Amino acid sequence: MKPIIFSRPMTQVIPMLAGIIAMAGLLLASCQARRSSEAGAINAQEAAQRVYVAPGKYDEFYAFMSGGYSGQVSVYGLPSGRLFKIIPVFSQNPENGYGYSEETKPLLMTSYGFIPWDDAHHPELSQTNGVPDGRWLFINANNTPRVARIDLKTFETVETIEIPNSAGNHSSPFVTENTEYVVAGTRFSVPTPQQDVPIDSYKKNFKGVLSFIKVEPSGDMDLAFQVIMPGFDYDLAHAGKGKSKDWVFFTCYNSEEAHTLLEVNASQKDKDFVAAINWKKAEAYIQQGKYHQMPGTYYDNRFDTSTQTARSFVHKGVKVLIPAECPGLVYLIPAPKSPHGVDVDPSGNYIVANGKLNADLSVFSFDKMQQAIQQKQFDGEVNGIPVLKFDATLAGIVKSGGLGPLHTEFDDKGNAYTTFFISSEVVKWKLGTWQVEDRQPTFYSPGHLMIPGGDSRKPWGKYLVALNKITKDRYLPTGPELCQSAQLFDISGDKMKLLLDFPTVGEPHYAQAIPASILMPQSDKIYSLANNRNPYVTKTEKEARVVRNGRRIDVYMTEIRSHFVPDNIEGIHLGDTVYFHLTNLEQDWDAAHGFAVEGNRDNAELLLMPGQTKTLKWVPQRVGVFPFYCTDFCSALHQEMQGYIRVSAPAEQVALSWSTGKE
Amino acid sequence: MKTLRHIMAPGKKRIAHVFMLGAVISSVFIYFFPLWKITLYAPQYPQGIRMYIWIHKITGDDAYTLQNINILNHYVGMKDIDPHAVPELHYFPYALAGIIFLGIMAWLMKKRWMYLAWAFVYALLSVMAIYDFYRWEYDYGHHLDPKAPIKVPGMAYQPPLIGVKHLLNFTAISLPEWAAGFMLVSIILGFAAFICCRSTSVKEQINHHDLLPADSSQASVLLHH
Repeated sequence: MKPIIFSRPMTQVIPMLAGIIAMAGLLLASCQARRSSEAGAINAQEAAQRVYVAPGKYDEFYAFMSGGYSGQVSVYGLPSGRLFKIIPVFSQNPENGYGYSEETKPLLMTSYGFIPWDDAHHPELSQTNGVPDGRWLFINANNTPRVARIDLKTFETVETIEIPNSAGNHSSPFVTENTEYVVAGTRFSVPTPQQDVPIDSYKKNFKGVLSFIKVEPSGDMDLAFQVIMPGFDYDLAHAGKGKSKDWVFFTCYNSEEAHTLLEVNASQKDKDFVAAINWKKAEAYIQQGKYHQMPGTYYDNRFDTSTQTARSFVHKGVKVLIPAECPGLVYLIPAPKSPHGVDVDPSGNYIVANGKLNADLSVFSFDKMQQAIQQKQFDGEVNGIPVLKFDATLAGIVKSGGLGPLHTEFDDKGNAYTTFFISSEVVKWKLGTWQVEDRQPTFYSPGHLMIPGGDSRKPWGKYLVALNKITKDRYLPTGPELCQSAQLFDISGDKMKLLLDFPTVGEPHYAQAIPASILMPQSDKIYSLANNRNPYVTKTEKEARVVRNGRRIDVYMTEIRSHFVPDNIEGIHLGDTVYFHLTNLEQDWDAAHGFAVEGNRDNAELLLMPGQTKTLKWVPQRVGVFPFYCTDFCSALHQEMQGYIRVSAPAEQVALSWSTGKE
Repeated sequence: MKTLRHIMAPGKKRIAHVFMLGAVISSVFIYFFPLWKITLYAPQYPQGIRMYIWIHKITGDDAYTLQNINILNHYVGMKDIDPHAVPELHYFPYALAGIIFLGIMAWLMKKRWMYLAWAFVYALLSVMAIYDFYRWEYDYGHHLDPKAPIKVPGMAYQPPLIGVKHLLNFTAISLPEWAAGFMLVSIILGFAAFICCRSTSVKEQINHHDLLPADSSQASVLLHH
C-alpha cells in the first residue's frame, strides 16, 4: 500500500509558487503599511522603560544566539538586547586566539583535517526533567557535521564531536528530557557510507542518517548509535517531554527523493513526514546486539579544564540500526507539505509540524499517535517504516491565515507562537482550541523565534524574540551588507507588544534563553592557578625560563600587572620555531592579559584569563629584535607591559639568555 | 539600693566566678574570628576587597585577596603583605593562650586581686597589640620603594586604625571585627568580676554563721537586725 502522498502534476506547481510569491509580496507590502499604525500599539516611552536596564543593574535573562555562518554563539541580555560576549565555537577567533592557540586548535580538528569555520544554527541548553538547567549549551555545525558543547560556568567551548555518515547537520542538536542524548539528523542524504556513485543513483544509494550522541553526567559526548533512514532531507527535530520523553521527532522534506532542482522537485507531494523515533527502544536494540557496524572515522575533541588543553580522540566505526529490522523503533507521521519546524508543547502531548509551503499548522497528539500505533492504523510503509494515518494522529489544525509557518514555541499559559516567514509575522494561538489569538508583524522574514524555556516543560513566558532574516530600512545603512535583527516582544499580556529591535552578529538562526538567576551564581571568575595542570604552566616568576631543544624554543613566560617574565630574550636563531607558553599569574576577576609578537604570520594573539596558560607558535621570519606586548589594557602601566626577543642569523654566536629587570 | 545590694550579696562571689568564666570563654572565641577588617573600595572594585587580620593569620575574601592587594600596592611601592613575615602572628596565639591559662587560674582560685591583675594585664597587652598593629600600618604606608612607578609627593598610604580614609583612588575602611569584640568583652568581664567581688567579706560573714542556712532571704533578714 502506498503512503498517502498526493502528487501534483508539474503544470500546477508553477502557478501555485507564483501565487505564493505574489501573496508574499502583497503581505510584505501590507506589513510595511501597517507598521506605522502598529507603532501606536505601545507607547515608545513605555516600551523603552520596559527594556531599560539601569546602569549597574542586570538583565533578567541570558540569551544565547547562534552566530549562523559566523560559526559562533553570541550572548545577549534580555530585555536590554545588549551584547555581552561572543563565544567562539566552530570558527577561529582572533580576538582571543581561539583556534590559533596550541591549546584550542584541536577543537577544530576533523577527519578532513583542521576546519576553522562552520555554520552554527541551533543552540540548545541542557535540561533536567525537561527544564533548562544551565550546565551546558550545545550547538551544531551544519557544514562539516559536528556538535559542540559549551560549559556555562566558563562560557567556553569544551568539546566538539564530529558526526560521520552525515551531511548538513541541521536537525541538531536537540536534547532529550534529561540530556541523555543529543540528536544530530542529517539535512542532506548522501551515499552511506560515502562512496563514488552517480548522483542520479540517489534513490538507490543515498540515505539519511539520524545520530544519537550520548551525554555523560560529566558532559562528555560519545556517538552512541545511528539510525539509517530513507533518503529524505531531515530538517529539524525536537525531543518529547513528559509522557513523550522516550521519543524524538524529526521533520523531513524531499520525501520525493529528488536530487536536482529541489525547490520544484522536492515540493511535489502534498505531504511529507514527521519521523518519530523511540530512543529507549533504540537503546534496547543496541543492547540486544541488533545493530550493524558501519565504517566512519570521526574526531571527538575534548578540552580538559585542568590542563587547559584540548585533545583529539579519533574513533572508527559506528553502530547503526536499520528500522526495518527493529519494529517499533520508527514511525512516520504524514505532515503537510515540506514541514520545517517540529515543536513539542510543554505538556509533551502536542507535536506541531509546520508545513512551510502550507498555510496551516498541523498539530499531532502523542496520545493519538500511541493509539494509532496500538491499533495499527497504518497507511503503508516506507523502507519498512510504518506510516501512521494522518487523521488518526491529528489533534487539530490551526487555520492561521498566514503563509510560510516555520517554528513554534510555547508560553506557560497554554499558548503557542508561530513565525510565518513569507507573511512576516508572529501568530499567537491557543493549544486545544487551535484558534488564533493575536498576530504581530515582524521586520522582516522571521525564521526561528525564542521564548526563554519555550521549547521546554517550563517556559518563562515573559518575552518572545523573533529572529529575522532581513533588516532593510530598520537601522542606519552599512553599505550593501546589513545585520540581521532580533525583535523583542512582551508576551505577558493578551496581545504581543513589540518592545525592542536589536541587531545581531552573523545570522541569529535560533536562540535559547535562561534566567540570569540560574547562571550568574555559578559563573567562574578565575581559573585556579593552583589547579592549572597545563604541561607548560609557569606558576611563579622564578620558574620562568627559555629552553632550547634542537630547533625548538620553549619560552615559559608569566604575565602579571604590569610585566612579563622574562621580557628580554636572546639567542634565538632564524630557523628556530618559538613556542611562547604564557601563564597569567593573576587570580583576580577580569584581570586578563594578552600577548602578541611582531611578524606572527600564521597565528593571532593570545588572550589569557587569570590562571590560564596558552601557547602561541611563532616562526621568526627575519633577523632583528622584535617586540611583544600585552594586548588587553590590563592596568595603569599596560603600555609598559612589553618585551623584546632577539633573532640572530644561524651563523651568529649568541647564547640563549633571558631576564627581567636587569639593566 | 542598699537593700538590693545586700539581697544580692550572698551570690556575689558566685556571680564574679561566672563573670570570670565568661571572660575566659570569650577569649577562646578570639581564635575563631577575625580581629580587624580593612575594606578597600575603588571604582574598579565596586564590591570592595576585604582583608581580615586574625590573631594568627591574615586572610581575604578569597585565597587570592592578598596577592591582589599586593599587585595594587606595588604601583605605589608598598611592600608585599606577607603573613609569614609578621612575627606577631606566630607568637600572639601563644600570648593569648597564656592569658587564657592565667584566666583559668584566676577563675579556679577565686581571688579578687587575681581578677584585677588579669584584666589589667590583658587590657595593657591589648593596647600594646593595637599599637603594634598601628606600627605595622605605618611601616607599610610610609616605607615606600624609591623606584615605585607612581610617586605622589607627600603621600603616605597608611590605612586608618579605625575609620575611613581616602588613599588615591581607594577608600580604606578599617574596623574591629568579632574577635576584637570578644577581647573587649573578656576584659570588661574581668574587671566586672573584680568589682562585683568587692563585698566578699559580707558574704563570708553570712556563710560562716553556723546557725543560719545560707538562704538569701534569711540572710537579708539577719542583716536588718
